[in-house]
Amino acid sequence: MANALPSQAEGRALVDGNRFKMLDAVAAMALRHLPATLAILGCILLWQLVVWGFSVPTFMAPGPLDVIQAFGENAGVLWSNFLPTLMEAVLGFVFGNVVAVLLAVWFVYSPLAERAFYPIAVIVKSIPIIALAPILVLLVGNGIAPKIIIAGLICFFPTLVNMVQGLKSASPAMLDLMRILSASNSEIFWKVRLPSSLPFLFAALKIAATSSVMGAIVAEWIGSSYGLGALIIEATYNFRSPLLYATVVVAASLAVVLFFAVSFAESKIVRWKPTTDH
Amino acid sequence: MLETLSRPKPVSVSAANGSAVSVTNLHIRFGADDSSFTALSDVSVEIPTGSLVTMLGPSGCGKSTLLRTVADLVHISDGSVSVHGQTPRKAREGRDFAFVFQEATLLPWRNVIDNVRLPLLVGKREAGATYADPEELIALVGLKGREKAMPHELSGGQRQRVAIARALVTRPRILLMDEPFGALDEITRDKLNEELLRLWQETGTTILFVTHSIPEAVFLGQHVLMLAAHPGRVKEFMKVDLPYPRSLAMRDTVEFIRVTAHLRTLLGEC
Repeated sequence: MANALPSQAEGRALVDGNRFKMLDAVAAMALRHLPATLAILGCILLWQLVVWGFSVPTFMAPGPLDVIQAFGENAGVLWSNFLPTLMEAVLGFVFGNVVAVLLAVWFVYSPLAERAFYPIAVIVKSIPIIALAPILVLLVGNGIAPKIIIAGLICFFPTLVNMVQGLKSASPAMLDLMRILSASNSEIFWKVRLPSSLPFLFAALKIAATSSVMGAIVAEWIGSSYGLGALIIEATYNFRSPLLYATVVVAASLAVVLFFAVSFAESKIVRWKPTTDH
Repeated sequence: MLETLSRPKPVSVSAANGSAVSVTNLHIRFGADDSSFTALSDVSVEIPTGSLVTMLGPSGCGKSTLLRTVADLVHISDGSVSVHGQTPRKAREGRDFAFVFQEATLLPWRNVIDNVRLPLLVGKREAGATYADPEELIALVGLKGREKAMPHELSGGQRQRVAIARALVTRPRILLMDEPFGALDEITRDKLNEELLRLWQETGTTILFVTHSIPEAVFLGQHVLMLAAHPGRVKEFMKVDLPYPRSLAMRDTVEFIRVTAHLRTLLGEC
């Protein structure tokens, strides 16, 4: 690259430049996350040392090496139970949030609807999810439906609350401006209310991304023969502790991946910062 | 450069009396009957076409309310307001006036040029109406080259310039400004004051400008409308006998100080 003439090797230089830029970015990211990475590795190491040092039996608390071994031995089982949980969590996330957003829009345009149905939403929210699961199994059977409903319900409330607040967050001056421009209600909604609600929406979606996984797993505890939740129960009852820990790691990783997917979408969609004029 | 702006829209309803805005025995009350609050009481004033009128008064005198009434943002309790012979509602629908708020109120998710274009994308647009070119307007307010910038990348003064460009894009015959420079630092404010005068002289737009600064009111105003508070009423409508073009240095002349001193005395009586 050093001896290449710019006119001849512009393309290659550009590719090389991009590659260097990418390497730089990776290096910078590694450096920034170095303390966290070291701390995590330290904890895992400490855990392994405690297990060895005190001769903790494997069924009580497996060491990291046992867990890694369990990953290798049960890869097929983990994968086939991961997929249903992923599907339930994602479908629940979509379903719960779509309903919450639509309801929020209705509430904002109809104060009567808000007064009538907001309390019901609060009541449904206050029923412990774990108590709701058997009821739903009785109502809709033992298939995938109750899992999606529970994952959806767990996403629903934070999104409803945040979306209502977000849709109401447009400043009075902005609404005055739209009125002076004789804008119609739908123009005000699409051009002002909806965009100004997006930061609120994404704050809720990030919570929902992790809690939808939790909802799906809790739902699988109640009479299910597949999914990470069922695998957790099964591994516990059979004292297969390494498999239990491996399942927990998979479940946590799924939540983290969904969280970062939402964060990534947010960084692509909300590219503006609120301005304060004072 | 100013071709798109210099010619005001054809006058559809002729303003026979030469007033851009005429306010007659206006009363504005807020709230229910027993707990109502009178914001404006028996206000009558004529704003001549093409003039620059500044509105001054103690807080609570209803100067913003008067401006918002002209803009059809406040319900008229009694009396009448006519904008080029039409009701404020008709004038709003006909894009006869534009409004500049104290905050720039730019949509933070739209860049500069898309914010300036906003009035062309929403509301009722008259068929065949010709609007100003957003790019020319951005150049006019001194932001050429920043068309793609996002509002959070601009300073407070630059944001207010964008707001002014957005107001001018429909080529309104009247510009209503509610303390537009009130939140800016003094240096930026002085600069924008000078530019607003230039804009006014080049475009011939009628400007109604609310401020709480006496020097600003005198520096800009052809007329100063002084309101008194509790209830809001007209204290004085005076002509400012200072020649245009005005420069910032004029503020140190004896004549200028005499006018501001007079207004300060009046304000003390309000």
